[in-house]
Amino acid sequence: MAKSAILKSSLAKKYWMALTGLFLCLFLVGHLAGNLQLIFSDALHFNEYALFMTTNPVVKLLSYLTYISILFHAVDGIMLTVQNRKARPIRYAKEDSSANSAWASRNMAVLGTLILVFIVTHMVNFWAVMHFDKNMPLQTIHITYQGQEMDMYVTTNDGKYIPTDLSNTGLEIRNHKEFYDAAANLKMAEGIKDLHKITFAFFKDAKYGLIATILYVIAMFVLAFHLLHGFASAFQSLGANNPKYNGLIKGFGKGFAIIVPLLFAIIPVYIHFFAK
Amino acid sequence: MASSKFININLKIWRQKNAKEKGKIETYRLDKVSTDSSFLEMLDQLNEQLVSERKEPVAFDHDCREGICGMCSLFINGRAHGPDTGITTCQLHMRMFKDNDTIFVEPWRSKAFPVVKDLVVDRSAFDRIQQAGGFVSVNTSGNTIDANATPVPKHDADRAFEAAACIGCGACVATCKNGSAMLFVGAKVSQYALLPQGKVEATQRVLNMVRQMDEEGFGNCTNTGACEVECPKGISLENIARMNREYLVASIK
Repeated sequence: MAKSAILKSSLAKKYWMALTGLFLCLFLVGHLAGNLQLIFSDALHFNEYALFMTTNPVVKLLSYLTYISILFHAVDGIMLTVQNRKARPIRYAKEDSSANSAWASRNMAVLGTLILVFIVTHMVNFWAVMHFDKNMPLQTIHITYQGQEMDMYVTTNDGKYIPTDLSNTGLEIRNHKEFYDAAANLKMAEGIKDLHKITFAFFKDAKYGLIATILYVIAMFVLAFHLLHGFASAFQSLGANNPKYNGLIKGFGKGFAIIVPLLFAIIPVYIHFFAK
Repeated sequence: MASSKFININLKIWRQKNAKEKGKIETYRLDKVSTDSSFLEMLDQLNEQLVSERKEPVAFDHDCREGICGMCSLFINGRAHGPDTGITTCQLHMRMFKDNDTIFVEPWRSKAFPVVKDLVVDRSAFDRIQQAGGFVSVNTSGNTIDANATPVPKHDADRAFEAAACIGCGACVATCKNGSAMLFVGAKVSQYALLPQGKVEATQRVLNMVRQMDEEGFGNCTNTGACEVECPKGISLENIARMNREYLVASIK
């Protein structure tokens, strides 16, 4: 009895919705902190951070949890929406729902679907490129060595640089980022993928940069409305409703819903219009 | 009354012969409606007119007509119990409407509340939820103790009383975009869960009542808060949160 209750009942679906939603709120904070380095840090530091985020085992575990949460949140949301539609087979001829509820609260499914579309395109544009693109550029620096100006690849081995002109080094790049001694078939070093360059190129693109920026900002508006209802709603679903703290939860939720998407949105706007 | 005046209105009313046949919206013109009359009295007036025209009168639920029984329903102009808050339909007065207004009157729409005829719906789903656990199994055969012998904190007693004010009218279900009954069930769970007599069976009660609620085909709460606004008795969303808490604890026990 209790077992099926916690998995299948209407309330269980709400708990999962709330828990995955709140976890995704935490993810947003982490993701935002990383993204803000695009404004406040340089390319090398950003790319080193990106390397850490794609290789650290704890972060990897968290990222899998995030993927699962997104999927679960979406699937659970679809199931709830389907059930809720079935609960009213004949709609009202006239409905005045704005008289008793907020717009965002009534449109969570639509907002959520738009966010899912955004997440997919976002992952295609950046995540997939970072992980799988054969033409993913590697981080380089411009240095003066023995009076000679040259570009060097930065490697994960601190202080070890490799000339971008590999012709005299006997090295070749394998697996998009590994430097191999071709003759000895030995891995000598590992480059750092230049996600910073990709991101800047994406939003500064002469043809699509502006539309990408605009769509990104719109997506953040959608996210803001989703959070405007979702954040405080998650607490209610988990049973946390106490007049003593409700003001705090709702106030924090509203602040979160406005500030987090706003900061996210500032980044592509900054890149497109102001960054060099 | 000195302020009383008369208005003429257009009514768009859901007519459905019985549970099986398809219904549709019919339009009626009703003249000389006193603004002092209640919405139900206006419908009485319409029915008198229909009867005099040898037409079938509109079936609608009503009983006490003083806002306490929960029998009158009606989705009026897009809102449960019409364009006001904290009232039942019998407490809605025609002064809320203007001359020549068009007023939509529809039955509660919910899979769990099938239409019986016209505006009458079958709300026995609520009874079955109540029967699944909304009671205290006390042996009353001559050995009941004085109610005041069991101390109850004033705060809890007040919350339980507020929850118990639910008249089971179904406005929460009707107004919820998901057709969810969680305000009703939350109130019924709360009124017992808060009191020492009810705590004894709290675990089974919440599990059983929620299971019955799901079986009846009600939707899921998405916390829009519409039910709380439209509830004639001002039942708070706190009761849904309490049910969520009670159920969470009960289901992992």
